Amino acid sequence: MSMQQKFYWLFGGILGLLTLASLIGWIMHRQVHRRGGSPTVDNLNARVRAWWVMVAIIAVNFFLGKNATVVLFAIASAFALREFVTLTPTRPGDHLPLVVCFYVLLPVQYWLIADGWYNLFAIFLPVYGFLLLPVLATASGDTEDFLSRVTKLQWGLMITVYCISYAPALLLLQVPGYAGQNLLLMIYLLTVVQLSDVLQYVFGKLFGKHKIAPLVSPSKTVEGFVGGGLSAVGIGAALWWITPFTPLQAAGMSAVIVVAGFLGGLALSAVKRSLGAKDWGSMIEGHGGMLDRLDSVSFAAPVFFHFTAYFFMP
Amino acid sequence: MWLSYLLTFILRVLVGAHPRWIGSKPTTALRIYYANHTSHMDTLALWCALPGELRAKTRPVAARDYWSGAGIKSYVATRGFNVLFIDRSPDNRDRDPLAPLGEALERGESLIIFPEGTRRAQALPSPFKSGIFHLAAKFPNAELIPVYLDNLYRSMPKGTYLPVPLTCSVRFGAPLPRVADETKDAFLERARQAVVDLA
Repeated sequence: MSMQQKFYWLFGGILGLLTLASLIGWIMHRQVHRRGGSPTVDNLNARVRAWWVMVAIIAVNFFLGKNATVVLFAIASAFALREFVTLTPTRPGDHLPLVVCFYVLLPVQYWLIADGWYNLFAIFLPVYGFLLLPVLATASGDTEDFLSRVTKLQWGLMITVYCISYAPALLLLQVPGYAGQNLLLMIYLLTVVQLSDVLQYVFGKLFGKHKIAPLVSPSKTVEGFVGGGLSAVGIGAALWWITPFTPLQAAGMSAVIVVAGFLGGLALSAVKRSLGAKDWGSMIEGHGGMLDRLDSVSFAAPVFFHFTAYFFMP
Repeated sequence: MWLSYLLTFILRVLVGAHPRWIGSKPTTALRIYYANHTSHMDTLALWCALPGELRAKTRPVAARDYWSGAGIKSYVATRGFNVLFIDRSPDNRDRDPLAPLGEALERGESLIIFPEGTRRAQALPSPFKSGIFHLAAKFPNAELIPVYLDNLYRSMPKGTYLPVPLTCSVRFGAPLPRVADETKDAFLERARQAVVDLA
């Protein structure tokens, strides 16, 4: 099968799933409508509608190719960083480092991917960004809470730009026998990580009893994680034919994605709470903000990238 | 009109400027929107937060000396978002500086004003100047709508020229009730408190 054919099969499946979800949502809406409606069902339907839009964006992007993918993720990073900075208390003295984050470091990081300069891509923010930000922050002369202010900027930049940029960076990998199909590998990552989120939510709502971290993320349950995670691993294994992996390898890589994504959601939920918010933003109806949708991607993408590079590249 | 759309688009991408109608609804009633003033983007943010059909009938008030310098700034202000200028420098004081505001209200145009007079780098507004008091007294039928702009003071603090993207919301409160025979100071403090309450 060519890459295009694989893509059509995969998206046919996803569209089928979305149609099913919309149908179930519509039936549930009709049922609860007679009893005055339910916020959970309204939220479910809002989520499904947002999924249609997100899947459409990824599908269009597939045909536009590599540079469009890089631009798409740069925009997503910018919105995620905007949400992070909005919730983080900043002072006027942080203005210069913030301007540099948005208008210099973020575009350069994504340009490095478009340019295929892997060696600099991997160290640009952890080395140069990390060292540059505190230097820029000294320019204002404001030393009040200096360390915690700089740390928050570095942290926001690493999560929302560096980590998320690993998703389009999958296009740089050169896996033998898989040349020219890396867009599918990226879509594989997004599919498994997002299905894992969705299935954990569904299993949690249906069977959830034992909370994993009641104080950090009350909606995460053992039943949700195990049921949703195993289902996502199963689907990830069944999608082996769009990856360079065998079915068993695909199951292992999916497990890596599921666990990393889960831990990302957990850690970022704690960050969010420490900043006093329930959602990162409100730009994706029903889901919250951009970072609410990408929190698991930000952890899963770099881990998936390096596992693939380590085990599948010569 | 294309310039308005372009400005609105840029502002939405940069700072969101999402309207939150907390105590009032967007209507075509004659209104004086008054807000805290912390950045160069305030005027544009508040104007963008209004529905398109209200923008055409709403004039942001700005100081002529600041905006109408030669070139692009004045073009953007007048063509892009319909600014109504007032003269605040002393040598232009041969007539009442607030006269153009009254004329606009008489034409049925709503106004956007910043009663602090100048930008402040802080979350809560400073004491108001008396212009809003005289305007309110002269136009008892105009609704005074307090507006709170959050986060913009962080996006573009005084003295900086590049905005940092931040999500900002524009909160519209309930019309300020009119109290008969109120002193100027009591009115100004009550008007300011209505903005603070939205913070």
